[in-house]
Amino acid sequence: MTTAIDVAGVVKTFGTVRALDGLDLRVSTGEVHGFLGPNGAGKSTTIRVLLGLLRADSGTARLLGGDPWDDAVALHRRLAYVPGDVNLWPNLTGGEAIDLLGRLRGGVDEKRRQDLLERFDLDPTKKGRTYSKGNRQKVALVAALASDVELLILDEPTSGLDPLMEAVFQDCIDEWKDDGKTVLLSSHILAEVEKLCDRVSIIRTGKIVESGTLAELRHLTRTAIAAETQRPVTGLDQLPGIHDLVAEGNRVTFSVDTAQLDGAVKHLTPAGILTLTSQPPTLEELFLRHYGDELAAEGVATEAGAPS
Amino acid sequence: MSITTAEPRHRDHAAQRGQGGTTLTGTATMIRFILRRDRVRLPIWIGAIVLGVVGSLPAFPETYPTAADRQARANLLDNPATIALTGPAYGRDDYTFGAMTANELLGFVAIAMALMSILLMVRHTRAEEETGRTELLRAGVLGRQATTTAAFVVVGAANVLIGLLLAVLMPATLSELPASSSLLFAAAVASVGLVFTGIGALTAQVTEHARAATGLGAAALGVAFALRAIGDVGNDWLSWLSPIGWAQRTQVYVDDRWWPLLLSLGLTVLLVALAFATTSRRDVGAGLVQPSPGSPRAGALLSSPLGLAIRLQRGGLIGWAVGLLVFGLAYGGLASSIEEFVSDNSTIQDFLADSDSLVDGFMAIVVLMMALLAAAYGLTSVLRLRSEETAGRAEPVLATAVSRTRFAAGHLIVAMGGSLVLLLAGGLGLGITAAIALDDGSIVGRLFGAALAHAVGVWLVIAVVVALFGWAPQLVHLGWVVLTYGVVVGLLGGFFQFPDWVTKISPFDAASSLPGGDLSTVAVVIMGVLAVAFVWIGLLGFRRRDLTTT
Repeated sequence: MTTAIDVAGVVKTFGTVRALDGLDLRVSTGEVHGFLGPNGAGKSTTIRVLLGLLRADSGTARLLGGDPWDDAVALHRRLAYVPGDVNLWPNLTGGEAIDLLGRLRGGVDEKRRQDLLERFDLDPTKKGRTYSKGNRQKVALVAALASDVELLILDEPTSGLDPLMEAVFQDCIDEWKDDGKTVLLSSHILAEVEKLCDRVSIIRTGKIVESGTLAELRHLTRTAIAAETQRPVTGLDQLPGIHDLVAEGNRVTFSVDTAQLDGAVKHLTPAGILTLTSQPPTLEELFLRHYGDELAAEGVATEAGAPS
Repeated sequence: MSITTAEPRHRDHAAQRGQGGTTLTGTATMIRFILRRDRVRLPIWIGAIVLGVVGSLPAFPETYPTAADRQARANLLDNPATIALTGPAYGRDDYTFGAMTANELLGFVAIAMALMSILLMVRHTRAEEETGRTELLRAGVLGRQATTTAAFVVVGAANVLIGLLLAVLMPATLSELPASSSLLFAAAVASVGLVFTGIGALTAQVTEHARAATGLGAAALGVAFALRAIGDVGNDWLSWLSPIGWAQRTQVYVDDRWWPLLLSLGLTVLLVALAFATTSRRDVGAGLVQPSPGSPRAGALLSSPLGLAIRLQRGGLIGWAVGLLVFGLAYGGLASSIEEFVSDNSTIQDFLADSDSLVDGFMAIVVLMMALLAAAYGLTSVLRLRSEETAGRAEPVLATAVSRTRFAAGHLIVAMGGSLVLLLAGGLGLGITAAIALDDGSIVGRLFGAALAHAVGVWLVIAVVVALFGWAPQLVHLGWVVLTYGVVVGLLGGFFQFPDWVTKISPFDAASSLPGGDLSTVAVVIMGVLAVAFVWIGLLGFRRRDLTTT
């Protein structure tokens, strides 16, 4: 499998802020790659480096086999981009903006353009300034999806879209994937990423902290278990990989590292399981685990600031 | 920002809760907010204008030490070119420093204050509304008229403050200026500022775009200037239609008439009342001119960065071109007044070989003014490069198969081509009416050529901005400093007698003696080389730097 995006050790600083701090990112051709991270983690900065809008201080970046900075124009013929915050020309209509961006990229697929306008229910005769945030987003999406390119770079593309339009967007990405095309989808909407993406990279303060298929990542996370047993369960806290254990009489709830699941269930069985519910790890938990210490730090700060 | 404003807002809120609030609720908070936002900008405007006036006063006794020197200047003043440029030359039989201040400075100071007022008013009303920030504020406890009122109070106060500083500092700097007359001078220039504060308040209501609102205000200023110029040279009543004309008809330092300023005050009240009436009738974000649906498909023009730049700037360029054409037509018609003027005045006839040189001198100044206006357009146009970048609209374009150079070239070509169009439009207008007035068709070509000869200088100003855009994009607005230099040296140079080199380094000097004199070819070549170099350097920098939005 060839690599569509290959970033290694990229550093980008703005003044004293280190926005990208040795970032590695690898996206294979034909996959939909989720690029996850909270606000300010460096998602947009990474994308702007990939688009040749920002120049990396150090490290290497390859995009579709070329250099994103030096070969920007040639590469941009082969990709389409939807920014997170779409700014349109106030006095150009949505239709004009779609045509303009498509033509500058090298052409618009007329049939797909018409089809997308209908599916996204977008009025192309309105002026840029009169569009709502969601409609501006649709203009950029139609412009990108109507072009015949091999790579889509989407920076939080569904912000501002209603649930109906999100569904349309997901259908579009599925079709795109079926055509064997590559997508880099930056997002913090985890459900969307779980639904669409083959592989996921999680960025935090300018570094990738986790990368792999959803299954691989789930493996790293915990399953939540709630069980009712005939006799109280003892000795669970002695097992490796058990967290947040709460035992009340014959009820027990805990979370367990996926690798230790087998041992934990085996430990429950002798106590006589009456009910057992297990919740598979979600991306959200994965996410929270990586940013958990930040949340904790905030919690501490709140307590310290409280007038107790 | 929120830290300084949030606290008082709560207090206002509490105070108003019992009464339900009025359309002015929150004005005091908005005033503080504007002062906070403009804590740098306002002092710069006020300082620049006050220092510009006060700082130039010591040059009066230096340049014109004796009464005879002053009288010689007064005699020079008595020609249509200078009158059209500065104002009615009164008090010439006893040309005191006071009369000098009034004749040579008042008009320019009034224009500076009018510009300040228009720009600041639109900045704090329509520009805020266009970005949607007003919506956020209006959703809070803020009366409908509070933003307009607060902006008017701040900008009005800035005008008054400039006036007060002038009234105190002018007599202190040049003791020959009587304090009471200086107070009137200060009141006269402040009155012009106030009228245009009102005009800014009104134009901000008319369109949805800050850019268009500023443009309308500037057009009103252009009309006020042209009315006074034509009125002062020929039909006096036209000057009585212009706020600048009213300020000059105080005949300050000579007759000290206060009553013409009542006209300015009355007009200001009327304008503000109109602006208020409009605000209470329209929706937030809307103008009086409603937008209509447009085309669902892009025309052939929108296929390249150049096409996009043309499309974005087309409306503005047409407006400017019509403005310069009218400007030219109006001034060209004055050519016949000059001939009459010469035949009525035997001293001047002895002084000048024939009326041609007087006409030529007049035309040279008019063409210079056109070149300065064309450069002002060129600046606003090339600055689109930066505003497209900061507004985040350059990003999607540069993410397509468009190189940095092609993107920049689009707006650059429009700026340079557009300013050339303006020179041609102005030259054509001037030529047409001058040819009719003088019954001499050959003057069309000469004026056309004179206007065209300024092109390289205008382009140089644009090129400076391109260089800044490439390497120091936060400083692009320094381009206005270059233009201001050209204005001061070109239009006030005759009075201040600057050293030769000061005049020579202005980009507008090379062609300044046309149509009568010679074009300085060497200077044009040097400026051309510099312009090419600046553009090249700027594009090089832009290709190497990050795209920024701040």
